[in-house]
Amino acid sequence: MITLRPELRTIADWITAGSRVLDLGCGDGTLLAHLRDTRQVHGYGLEIDPANIVKAIDNGIYVIQTDLDAGLNEFESATFDYVVMSQTLQAVHYPDRLLDEMLRVGREGIITFPNFGYWRNRLQLLAGRMPLTRTLPHTWYNTPNIHLCTLHDFQDLCAEKQFRILERTVVDRAHRSSLPMRLMPNLMGEIALYRIKRR
Amino acid sequence: MPDTLPADSVGLVTPQKHAFDAPLELDCGRTLPAYELVYETYGKLNADASNAVLICHALSGDHHAAGYHSMEDRKPGWWETCIGPGKPIDTDRFFVVSSNNLGGCRGSTGPMSINPDKGKPYGPDFPIVTVRDWVRSQARLADVLGIQQWAAIVGGSLGGMQAMQWTIDFPERLRHALLIAAAPKLSAQNIGFNEVARQAIMSDPDFHEGHYYEHKVIPRRGLMLARMLGHITYLSDESMRAKFGRELREGKLKFGFDVDFQVESYLRYQGQVFVEKFDANTYLLMTKALDYFDPAADYNDSLSHALASAQAEFLVLSFTSDWRFAPARSREIVKALLDNRKKVTYAEIEAHHGHDAFLMPIKDYLDVFHSYMARVATRLHDNTAS
Repeated sequence: MITLRPELRTIADWITAGSRVLDLGCGDGTLLAHLRDTRQVHGYGLEIDPANIVKAIDNGIYVIQTDLDAGLNEFESATFDYVVMSQTLQAVHYPDRLLDEMLRVGREGIITFPNFGYWRNRLQLLAGRMPLTRTLPHTWYNTPNIHLCTLHDFQDLCAEKQFRILERTVVDRAHRSSLPMRLMPNLMGEIALYRIKRR
Repeated sequence: MPDTLPADSVGLVTPQKHAFDAPLELDCGRTLPAYELVYETYGKLNADASNAVLICHALSGDHHAAGYHSMEDRKPGWWETCIGPGKPIDTDRFFVVSSNNLGGCRGSTGPMSINPDKGKPYGPDFPIVTVRDWVRSQARLADVLGIQQWAAIVGGSLGGMQAMQWTIDFPERLRHALLIAAAPKLSAQNIGFNEVARQAIMSDPDFHEGHYYEHKVIPRRGLMLARMLGHITYLSDESMRAKFGRELREGKLKFGFDVDFQVESYLRYQGQVFVEKFDANTYLLMTKALDYFDPAADYNDSLSHALASAQAEFLVLSFTSDWRFAPARSREIVKALLDNRKKVTYAEIEAHHGHDAFLMPIKDYLDVFHSYMARVATRLHDNTAS
């Protein structure tokens, strides 16, 4: 999975100073370290990869080794202002349940994922093959990404679960937005960022 | 022992002893009028005494955690893997203190010590000591050494329980607690194993109700059985399979009740070695201290409440194949700390070594340990806890 620094910048912009944040799949802790240093944010990172855990400790992050597929049982309800999950939703076994869990322990959820509806992905499918792109660089048989979705799919799930979408941004891999992306996000957007909460 | 000591060892060390003449009130209601603690130190205490690290030992451990006592020693201290120059507990940065627990058999006051009231060894009359008693006695040692606040208190297994108790009883006296392969209390299964070990010792004809010193014998068979049993619980099915499998000692079955398999030979050897260096009364005491440990008991059985006043930051580590104190037990501690919004870091180390993994040079383990202690070292001069 890829971590995009510009993407983290947008996420950081959505987070109010002084809040409590839980970062699901925090990697080396870059986002939390940035939030701590610039916005007095406190919180924990959850991560499964041992090498990332060492890096997160080096970055001064309070990291808890956790398999997100096991849920967030260790956290009491409503203990965080934001629960962030960057580029991880598509790699978990039960994305719908994890979204429920995110909005159980947090007031708001911030989620980013690669848009499977991006035109390059569609084009490769039209040509008869699973997409291989910069944001989805894995072969179909060896990929962590087992639950890919489009913007429409994600929004349908939010509607079904009665989650309110507070903010949405669609960008390319370099994290630029453009007029076509704003007009046709599900076709032109490479990466989607959402801020959601329960109704 | 090689001719030269390894460069990453603390080298030759000499145990020290301090006699405490102020009485120590114990959880059991009795009072030790006076007692001695034997301990070792490695590294140098810095000017503001902010770099001190306390090592707490496990059931059969002692104060000799690192280095060698003489050039003739075959083996270094029990945690040589983790303590020394450049190692996770870096003696170039930290002043490390490791003491033998009260009730021990390696020099601190215990069942083998002379009971001043009777002029002979305490034996079974030595009071049952608890983890809280140990922590109190260690706090007095800290006073003697001029350490107001430990940079970190580190322990594996029963040692981790002591570190946890420190955060509850003396929250302002440590900045970091490292709880490795520990548990918030023993399970029925854990206590069951301890009870079998105790019964093995106490039913040995040479036990003499604990007064075996006077009979100039030791309950050799019982203590050996206790250790053999304990040893199995420190390993994992996988590690025993890898180490011994069903390998035969002499290449064929002998159709008798003596040793056929290598694993039998190994366990007997471990038991025999242990009997020569450990005291049966101390073994009984240590297992009871384990059984009794339950900091939540004083807080309506809520570990979260027990840890509410802790000020330290925590590193909790567990090992995947540890079935004595399984990762789920460590996660109970993590959960209680998260409930309190404490500063906690947790890693579950992939290892096949079972409970003993905390003593092993496992790369992921040492990496996490190293990084965390580096964090402790960079924050030595933060004056307030957390």
